[in-house]
Amino acid sequence: MFKRDPEDGTLSQDVTPPPPSVTETERDELRRQGILLTTLQELYTWGNSHSVWPLNFGLACCAIEMIAASMAKFDIARFGSEVFRPSPRQADLLIVSGTVTKKMAPQVIRLWNQMPEPKYCIAMGACAISGGPFKQGYNVLKGIDRFIPVDIYIPGCPPRPEALLHGLVQLQKKIQGFKLTGPDAPRHFRDDQPCNCPVPEFGEHDLEPPANPAVWTAPPAIVRKD
Amino acid sequence: MSVPDFSALNAERATPGARVREVHDSFHGDLLEVSMGPHHPSTHGVFRMIVTLDGETIVKLKPVFGYLHRNHEKLGETVTYLGSMPYTDRLDYLSSMTNNWAYALAVEKLAGQAVPERAEYVRVILAELTRLLNHTCLVGFLMQDCGCSGTPLMYAFREREYILDLFESLSGSRMMCNYQRFGGCRVDPSADWLAGAQKLTDRYGTFLDEFETLLTGNEIIMARTQGVGKLSPELAINAGVTGPMLRATGVNYDLRKVDAYGVYPRFDFRVPLGDHGDVYDRYMIRVLEMRESIKILQQALAGLPAGPIMDPKAKLRSFRPKAGEAYGRIEGPKGEIGFYLLSDGSPNPYRYRIRPPSFINLTVLEDMCLGHTVADAVIILGSVDIVLGEVDR
Repeated sequence: MFKRDPEDGTLSQDVTPPPPSVTETERDELRRQGILLTTLQELYTWGNSHSVWPLNFGLACCAIEMIAASMAKFDIARFGSEVFRPSPRQADLLIVSGTVTKKMAPQVIRLWNQMPEPKYCIAMGACAISGGPFKQGYNVLKGIDRFIPVDIYIPGCPPRPEALLHGLVQLQKKIQGFKLTGPDAPRHFRDDQPCNCPVPEFGEHDLEPPANPAVWTAPPAIVRKD
Repeated sequence: MSVPDFSALNAERATPGARVREVHDSFHGDLLEVSMGPHHPSTHGVFRMIVTLDGETIVKLKPVFGYLHRNHEKLGETVTYLGSMPYTDRLDYLSSMTNNWAYALAVEKLAGQAVPERAEYVRVILAELTRLLNHTCLVGFLMQDCGCSGTPLMYAFREREYILDLFESLSGSRMMCNYQRFGGCRVDPSADWLAGAQKLTDRYGTFLDEFETLLTGNEIIMARTQGVGKLSPELAINAGVTGPMLRATGVNYDLRKVDAYGVYPRFDFRVPLGDHGDVYDRYMIRVLEMRESIKILQQALAGLPAGPIMDPKAKLRSFRPKAGEAYGRIEGPKGEIGFYLLSDGSPNPYRYRIRPPSFINLTVLEDMCLGHTVADAVIILGSVDIVLGEVDR
């Protein structure tokens, strides 16, 4: 069904898939009768979204709430993510839980590069999103999305464990919407998208480069009219 | 529950320090340098140890800090006195209430601000609840480091949630309470809240019994922690170590008794002391301190007077203390947490300096780890009770 172009190596479909012959109502009716009709794509994203294993990696205050989310009262195991892996090689999800300083940023990006695809990133808390209350500091990175692609942002200082669970559910919904083929396919199904992000160096004054242009562009400056 | 005497178990063990000197002087072979951290599941945050190993024995340990340096002191000079209060929450993020209190105490000393009696009692209640919270979590984390994967930590976090519920209903936030003010506290605790605190206090001893049944007499934990990471009282005093770390070595120094700040002299409580200064003693001291905290809580809740929670003369907006300096310190769960403030009469402090207990307690890490294995270094670090927000500031 798929053909790889010998010139540039991209995948292309040589036949357009036929329109679904079974409607949603008919599928529901069949499901009630005990017959499950599904597609490979649905099966894949269903499995993928319900076993997102996070990296056991805490940075600052938010890490305590991340641990609390995996403990008795909140129990992240209900959503299939209780397996906190100590090694990035076994993890699917990087929860950037806390302030990323300029000394720590290269290590966080290196961890991201070590994770195998498919991988997702949650920026947990104000610091990981934008630098938060420490934004004015000389040593604080103003948001991890300057260097790695972030899927879900969870505001709060720190966010409650419920907020983390909500973020996780949002991530699952995002994964369930993934297409396996075509131009809408996520990063890990496409050959033209890089998996790794360049690791910045801790330079004389700042991180060099200060941002990864592939994932981050400076927001337009707000100019007041008056 | 009484503390069993395990000193006979340790009698035949060699003191680690002597062997280390030997290794340092005589070894000329290949050493292996291992970098632990900053991403290491055991290091309680982003802390890095460069460990030099002879076989499996640690012969050198170099700590690397600064992965969470968030410019607290510089930011403290650029915001007003009250504006620094939320930043103190984020220093030691497990015990924000005691950080608030230490900072409020420093500013109150600077400005000569009186505190009403009710507020002093509420501060004691919250500080002791924080001590329960911190020590419970620490024991959970320490056991996690020992290899009891998950279970003690789950118990600890279950209890933490009950205390956090109290904090949340009082201050509006679970972890970052931002509750103390110069000259009192922000909100007056309601009768319902006090009843909740009383209920928790009454119940907490039962939880500690359960916790101790699992851990204190556990043979594996005793074998793993006794005689490991010994710290001598002389070294502890010379290095400025405070808190449970110091008391585990047998030095009777508790700021609640020494400084007698707040209303602590009115309460009847004892200061538990250790004998050996090893990891097991540090664990045991924390458990015993929690039992004393429950006693203080019972007395404070029973004797809580009526009255205002804030001094009516307290000034929060456009607060400008006279030029001068002040140092306020209290006995936090981790040791002496202090704030040094230098005022030049402007709305911001001229200098804002934090005395972080866990950073200073960490300076003796190499002395405790030498001669032990890497697996021991992990639990020694766990028993120091560090929080990186405070170590790196």
